[in-house]
Amino acid sequence: MSPNQSQGTSAVKIPVPAKAASAERTDGELEAAVKIAVSDLNFYYGRFHAIKNVSVQIRENRVTAFIGPSGCGKSTLLRILNRMYDLYPGQRAEGGVTLDGEDILGPKSLANLRSKVGMVFQKPTPFPMSIYENIAFGIRLYERPSRSEMDERVRLALTKASLWDEVKDKLSQSAVRLSGGQQQRLCIARALAIGPEVLLLDEPCSALDPVSTAKIEELWYELKRSCTLVVVTHNMQQAARASDYTAFMLDGSLVEFSETSKLFTTPTDPRTEAYITGRFG
Amino acid sequence: MKSVVARRHAVDIVSKVLMGVATVIGIFFLLWIIWTTLKFGISGMHWDLFTKDTPPPGTDGFGLRNAFVGSLMLLGLSLLIGVPIGLMAGTWLAEYGFHSRTANAVRFINDIMLSAPSIEIGLFAYAIVVAPMGHFSALAGSVALAVLMIPIIVRTTDEMLSLVGSDMREAAIALGAPNSVVITKITWKAARAGILTGILIGLARISGETAPLLFTALNNQFFSGNFLRPIANLPVVIFQFALSPYANWQQMAWAAAFITVLFVLVISLFARVVLGTQVTK
Repeated sequence: MSPNQSQGTSAVKIPVPAKAASAERTDGELEAAVKIAVSDLNFYYGRFHAIKNVSVQIRENRVTAFIGPSGCGKSTLLRILNRMYDLYPGQRAEGGVTLDGEDILGPKSLANLRSKVGMVFQKPTPFPMSIYENIAFGIRLYERPSRSEMDERVRLALTKASLWDEVKDKLSQSAVRLSGGQQQRLCIARALAIGPEVLLLDEPCSALDPVSTAKIEELWYELKRSCTLVVVTHNMQQAARASDYTAFMLDGSLVEFSETSKLFTTPTDPRTEAYITGRFG
Repeated sequence: MKSVVARRHAVDIVSKVLMGVATVIGIFFLLWIIWTTLKFGISGMHWDLFTKDTPPPGTDGFGLRNAFVGSLMLLGLSLLIGVPIGLMAGTWLAEYGFHSRTANAVRFINDIMLSAPSIEIGLFAYAIVVAPMGHFSALAGSVALAVLMIPIIVRTTDEMLSLVGSDMREAAIALGAPNSVVITKITWKAARAGILTGILIGLARISGETAPLLFTALNNQFFSGNFLRPIANLPVVIFQFALSPYANWQQMAWAAAFITVLFVLVISLFARVVLGTQVTK
């Protein structure tokens, strides 16, 4: 741990912009409500302290990006929001995380949480079945719609993920044969099909070419109308381009959190400035 | 500099020659075995083999019908016993046991079982099935063969499921799928070709086993469809007829050996060609 480190923890910005200051955004949108509130969160992989006293508020119908060098804890934080860490013994979270004011770290139905908080991973993960079945799989976990209703739900999900036009004639084809970008959009469609309120994206474009990346970023503009998006990205340009809020993390601590335009133009912490100007990381 | 290149070149040539010689030796004996069984087996081929039962000692004629049917019954029942047990044990190891002490102990014991002498397995089946029943039976033979097959299925199932990787599992769990659905609908499906190959390899392995059948299924001069009675089967027929003084029996032993080799060859080729292409996809 560097001396900088402990200093940084105390210097964490409380991520609530003063109401008056940001009531009116440049694009004319009003300040959105808090969807997820993280307070004093600590996370441990066994003995390793991976997340240190992080507090952050994620706003509804916005894209919030987490940036930072490898190992800074941004993916770990994301995996807490749908309790993915539950799968692995020895990993534990302490602190408060609420979704719409309800605690999600407590002993509650995980299936319920995961139907509200969808996740898309770094590597596209199509299931070994047809395109249609990939989407229907998630829906069937929660309900048993009729055949025609299912067709409609599948079409709708694929349309939302702007994949429908490319696959509508080959829905019964194996999803594994799609291109990487198409597979990733299929995974987004699969997550959307069960109607999540929050969508977590863990470096969703790092395995994709620039064209596919652009398509997925465009998608976020559409998706945030109905969804809250939390994106972990290695790519600062992506955060600058496509997010509303950006959080910069370093060594498990949150260094700075503010509106994206502000964080990238007038960062308040020297470490944020050093990182976004490419002096480390 | 030049000497390094020259030395590497020499080492390269020597090792390639050695590897080539080893390969040729292996293939030579394999082809020799196939050629011998083919040569003697073809001359023993006769339509009566499939329509008539084994003739009594000292009489003319051919027939192996009872042994074919008996062998198929033995193999069928072995699959019925061995596949569910092997599949479930392998699934437990890969999906629940991971690298826990219990799981590693099970893997270790399973590896010992893989190389257990088959005659011992036969003795085991004799002790737990033949002795209590008071007589030899097809059931006892199938139990012995299943015990031989189970470790092979456990091992391949464990390995193939472990290859599926955590990405796909996490993706399904992130949708809110319970473990049972993740295993039956996702990971089994993803590892299907590999698991089936393991079952076929297990089947090929037991189709020629003679020792464990000698004191379990024994043999039967006549046609039988009764699992609780001794039953005719190809390996024991080969063993007895090959050692007999009758020319027609010896010829039938060659024919039975040829058909057994052919059966194993077809299964192995099927596993390799049909399922192999699916594994790589």
